[in-house]
Amino acid sequence: MIRVQNIKKSFGDVIAVSDVSFTAPDGQITGLLGPNGAGKSTTMRVLYTAIKPEAGQALIDNIDVATQPLQARARLGALPHGAGLYQQLTARENIAYFAAMHGLRGQQAKDRVDEMIDLLEIGDFADRRTKGFSQGQKTKVALARALVHGPQNVILDEPTNGLDVMATRSLRKIIRKLRDQGKCVLFSSHVMQEVAALCDDIVIIAGGAVSMTGSTEDIKQNTGSDDLEDAFVRAITPAGEMLR
Amino acid sequence: MSHLSTVFFKEIRDNFRDRRTMLSALVFGPLFGPVMFAVLISMTLKQATDSKTQPLELAVIGADYAPSLLHYLESEDTEIEPIELTTDEAVEAVKDGTYELVLSIDEAFGEQWTEARSARVSIVMDNSDSSISRKGRRARGMISGYSRQIGAMRLLARGVDPSVMRPITIDEIDTSTPSGRAALILGMLSYFLLFAMLAGGMYLAIDTTAGERERGSLEPLLTLPVKRSTLLIGKLLATCLFMSVSLALALIAFAVVLQFMPLQQLGMSVDFGPKQVITAFVVTVPFALIGAALLTVVASFTKTFKEAQSYMNITMLLPTLPIIVAAVNNLRPSLTWMTVPSMSQHLLILDLVKGEPLQPLFVAVSIGSSLIIGTILTLIAIHLYKREGLLG
Repeated sequence: MIRVQNIKKSFGDVIAVSDVSFTAPDGQITGLLGPNGAGKSTTMRVLYTAIKPEAGQALIDNIDVATQPLQARARLGALPHGAGLYQQLTARENIAYFAAMHGLRGQQAKDRVDEMIDLLEIGDFADRRTKGFSQGQKTKVALARALVHGPQNVILDEPTNGLDVMATRSLRKIIRKLRDQGKCVLFSSHVMQEVAALCDDIVIIAGGAVSMTGSTEDIKQNTGSDDLEDAFVRAITPAGEMLR
Repeated sequence: MSHLSTVFFKEIRDNFRDRRTMLSALVFGPLFGPVMFAVLISMTLKQATDSKTQPLELAVIGADYAPSLLHYLESEDTEIEPIELTTDEAVEAVKDGTYELVLSIDEAFGEQWTEARSARVSIVMDNSDSSISRKGRRARGMISGYSRQIGAMRLLARGVDPSVMRPITIDEIDTSTPSGRAALILGMLSYFLLFAMLAGGMYLAIDTTAGERERGSLEPLLTLPVKRSTLLIGKLLATCLFMSVSLALALIAFAVVLQFMPLQQLGMSVDFGPKQVITAFVVTVPFALIGAALLTVVASFTKTFKEAQSYMNITMLLPTLPIIVAAVNNLRPSLTWMTVPSMSQHLLILDLVKGEPLQPLFVAVSIGSSLIIGTILTLIAIHLYKREGLLG
């Protein structure tokens, strides 16, 4: 379970996140939805402890990421923006490297890597160097790498960016599988349809703060709009501006 | 500890497969110095042997006036070419390069000679050209030798001991050994060794920060439950290993090159066998830590691989500064200088190639101070690696 309480983060004069709070429970896919620059990535970076919030608290399975970053990260599988594979290593070596860094050794590590290769259906190119992989292939390998230690919590920062329809579909299938295993999945996107198709719960972020939370139906109701896109636009537009 | 070795071995494998890194670490870095050396020494050698073994070509104005002098010069391996020019014309001919060296014998030479007065000749040459200047000195040396010889005979003919002409006799006692002279050229050896090391570690150091960030692999790496200091130290150790391999290869290449260079012909003797190679390695390798940490610190301030690369080129010149200071001031190893990295390695290697024994205390201080400074730089690199700005 991931819980974020009133976190705030600025870079110089720019306030990236002013007040974000939400809870992503186990066995659910929680969507972090917002336009570009809304603060999605900053929130996720706080969760995987790449940056420290100025105020507020982020908890992963009730572990404070600020005070116990290593323990928090051990319970987390994160897929930051972009795959970021090591191009001179094969897909399998990339996954095995992360397995070793999570403390998996010997046969256990091998088995886990094989399991991931099966889960993500990347057996065909597992032993090729990742240089020249398609975006879809890269994302799958990166996801395998992030999941190799079987984390309870999974954070995916815009994983469908640059993927074609088929790759997006197979990624959704995997994410649903994770949910059905009882994992807590936090998924960010700037595409409303994407989030609506996949997520049980949606957190809409705009201008560094949460503007609306709920299921797809809740959001439609709250904004008084039947169309998803309209609902999203209304949710991220401050009330004053709507009247103009 | 296991995380550290995981990072270390992954970096080795990753970079081992990268052609650019491997070329820089195993080919360009280690071979640059030895190849420069071979070229430089063979050029020096060619010049030295040329001027000794080839006959001196000498254009002579007024050859008829001094047959005995010219006969003497010919016996000393000079090729005389009599020419018909005035002295002014000869100056022009030397200026435009028609002749390198013109000996002008005055019309009055014969008369002065027979009357045992001081006879006059002039040598026309361009002293700014070092190879012509050398030939000029050779001609001058031969003529004054002949002049002394005749002068002594004239004194003897008058019943005077020729040694009255030499109230003072100067004896030079040259303490430089043949390998001491070699040290002049070999003074560059230390820089080439440091250069080889830095070239060997450059790409790994860039990859640690700017490279990983640019490829987008840094952020996933930081999501792992591993301390950032562990990541950095693992990468730094891999960089040190590549640098050490580059150093070893450079030393072996030098040993091979020096084996095939006919240095004895230059009056040099260099004993650079396996023992010296190993000693030089032990003396120089602690610099790897300084180099690796320094390159990593510099690279962590840059945003992209290309930007990092341009800063690296400047950084690779840094070790020359202490070496230049040492060379210009002709410094000798001392406890103070042993605390200065790059200078201490330079001074110790210089003594090593001169065949002088190394003082264990100096070696220990050099190694110790390099490791201490390297550790400080490593701590700075770790501090920079922990910044949030690292992600760019």
